[in-house]
Amino acid sequence: MDNKGWEKVQLARHPKRPYTLDYIERIVKDFKELHGDRFFGDDEAIITGFGKIGNETFAVIGQQKGRSTKENIRRNFGMPNPEGYRKALRIMKLAAKFKKPVLTLIDTPGAFPGIGAEERGQAEAIAKNLFEMAVLPVPIICVIIGEGASGGALGIGVGDRLLMLENSWFSVISPESCSSILWRTWDKKEIAAKALKLTAEDLLEQKIIDEIVKEPTDGAHENYDEIARTVKERVLDNLKELKKLSTDKLIEKRIEKYSKIGFYEEQT
Amino acid sequence: MDWFKRKQEGIFTTTKSAMPDGLWQKCENCGEVIFAKAIENSLATCEKCNFHFRTDAKGYINFWLDENSFEEFNQNLKSTDHLGFVDAKGSYKTKLTETIKKSGVNEAVRTGKGKISSREVIFVAMDFNFMAASMGSVVGEKISRAIDEATKLKIPLIVVCASGGARMHEGALSLMQMAKTSAKLARFSQKGGFYIAILTNPTTGGVSASFAMLGDIILAEPKALIGFAGPRVIKQTIGKDLPDGFQTSEFLLEHGFVDRIVHRKEMKNEIKTLIELLT
Repeated sequence: MDNKGWEKVQLARHPKRPYTLDYIERIVKDFKELHGDRFFGDDEAIITGFGKIGNETFAVIGQQKGRSTKENIRRNFGMPNPEGYRKALRIMKLAAKFKKPVLTLIDTPGAFPGIGAEERGQAEAIAKNLFEMAVLPVPIICVIIGEGASGGALGIGVGDRLLMLENSWFSVISPESCSSILWRTWDKKEIAAKALKLTAEDLLEQKIIDEIVKEPTDGAHENYDEIARTVKERVLDNLKELKKLSTDKLIEKRIEKYSKIGFYEEQT
Repeated sequence: MDWFKRKQEGIFTTTKSAMPDGLWQKCENCGEVIFAKAIENSLATCEKCNFHFRTDAKGYINFWLDENSFEEFNQNLKSTDHLGFVDAKGSYKTKLTETIKKSGVNEAVRTGKGKISSREVIFVAMDFNFMAASMGSVVGEKISRAIDEATKLKIPLIVVCASGGARMHEGALSLMQMAKTSAKLARFSQKGGFYIAILTNPTTGGVSASFAMLGDIILAEPKALIGFAGPRVIKQTIGKDLPDGFQTSEFLLEHGFVDRIVHRKEMKNEIKTLIELLT
């Protein structure tokens, strides 16, 4: 059966898929990682900091998975807690203060569903980021590099441009959870992946993303340098366009972009 | 330690005793049988234990807005099955048609302009009857337009939140409604708009992680389930039982995410006073 959806989900989860730090290492010069949300702790599922991409200082924010079990425990498998979102917001506000653009790299199986996460307001932390990112007075470019699951991905995913790697996925829920809710079994994940229309091509058609970033022929995991170069080029090209706009215009266009998302019928 | 442990004390039967429709209703919480008229008079709450029965948008419009003051917006917006989504029970398209017929409303939210003690407000209420008040394109669009109207008219915005989760049948389009409504609220707030969010049972998922948590003031009905992840998912993930009262209104108040818990009967007065104090 032809099922691009499930194919992309598997590629996005490939154990050798390049993660946020692999990109930072290759495209961000003088990267200074900054830690902590100043309220509770430092969430290592989200990396934040400043560095140079080309000649431009960026705030770089990205979800980070681990390669080994030990590192995955430290990174919580790339599932942020509220303090991760609050740290990201802190860095974005710093970027706004010093008029630096923001780059976010999205790669998460979802925000962490845990007792502590709920106690510390996972919902509030994500909501606040959407609210603040919508009107942040500097350009924001978001790139989905792997998995883009649900509110956990969107929590660092609101901006002027949303780019998506060819072999990544983005949806409101993971195919596994969707299967468990709508089919009442975990076994229909492939069917759910297809039904959710979660590939880059699907999302371009749905007018949710702005462009697809082409990966090396065998996938991003086969050539880190090449995909990093492409991402850098696409980010800088987009920034050049965005810098032509005044701050007011930038925000106006951003809100307008989100206003238009959705399909419905209006009978008169 | 015992080899076998009784999971629950007492003996339970699975069949509930049948209740004749209409005149009497049984409280889901305390089991008290109450005269239907009495429930209506107490705004669908139990007079004995104060349990708040689940209510639809129409209920909230009747409870809290001045009589006949509600002018509804965009009733003619309807969802489409853009993804051509088919699940175990059939297509989303068929589900929509059936749900519209069964619920008598076109979508999971009603929006409009109304008056609360003679003060004009934009009033939005989610409808749990319609696919568990999940947020799809139409819910996002109707709420966005309502926020635009509040921005234009410079009047307070009241949103009665409820949601069982995402409208999975709309995939990422459903997800993006979180960003859309939050972006509109950000602009409303920048222009000095006053927004009260009222959380009712249950407010979870995408709705909780967007407009529900963005009120200038956040009120909640007592004992509502409020949270980002559903309790079942959390339990599965961590493999432990959840503490008593987890993710209730009272739990959120204790952790600082809700301003006040207000009984349904007091809510109208509460909204009126807050508007008077702040605008």
